[in-house]
Amino acid sequence: MTQQTFMYEAKEQILIIHLPRELDHHNCRDLKYETDLLLAENYITKVVFDFSRTEFMDSSGIGILLNRYKQMARSGGKVTLYGVNAQVGRVLAIGGINRLMEHFDTKEAAVAG
Amino acid sequence: MERFQMQIESLSKNEEFARVVVVVFLSRLDPTLEEMEDVKTAVSEAVTNAVIHGYQGNGGIIELEVTVDGAVLTVIVRDTGTGIRDVRRAMEPMYTTDKTGTRSGMGFSFMEAFMDEVQVESEPGRGTTVTMRKKIGG
Repeated sequence: MTQQTFMYEAKEQILIIHLPRELDHHNCRDLKYETDLLLAENYITKVVFDFSRTEFMDSSGIGILLNRYKQMARSGGKVTLYGVNAQVGRVLAIGGINRLMEHFDTKEAAVAG
Repeated sequence: MERFQMQIESLSKNEEFARVVVVVFLSRLDPTLEEMEDVKTAVSEAVTNAVIHGYQGNGGIIELEVTVDGAVLTVIVRDTGTGIRDVRRAMEPMYTTDKTGTRSGMGFSFMEAFMDEVQVESEPGRGTTVTMRKKIGG
């Protein structure tokens, strides 16, 4: 039995991606394929990453975030995130993500921001 | 000096297993939460490199050798896979051989950011050994 790693929520033109507890290479394998499908089938102008369940992230997470950011930037879209803990925050900072995506405390703020 | 050694199969699901085991071993040095997270991240990077680059997803054995000597933790991650032709280039930030656009090329940068010292020895066709050190409570 395979357990789904990512959960997706689409609200009009906003795609919310609920990230797993451990965001590493193993868990990132399906994310590009799955979001490619969702972005192809829906007119999405904003992607919101939900880190509220995520306890650990490494540079594999940075790779996938940058990939999604580039894709959204090409179409004039935006990427925001929320629910970041201390470890994830340090990894995002070293990975240079803070300059590219605005961080919010809550889902509502990230969706609106 | 205390040490442990283990061999794991080169499977992506073992990336989490390896980083958790090393951090449990490290706990005898009474590290801060931040020090544990730093080591966990660095180990994850080294093991992920072995899975993706060392063995190119074809399987193999990754060996971890971990020692604590006083307050210093040393983690050695060794594979006998493809090896790296130009180590200096591979260690440049953002350098990646990945063609899918999903790898950041920041693995070695992360190891260097989270550990005090990182050494990489590699030979094409023979494999790669990454040695990382960190002083705990320092």
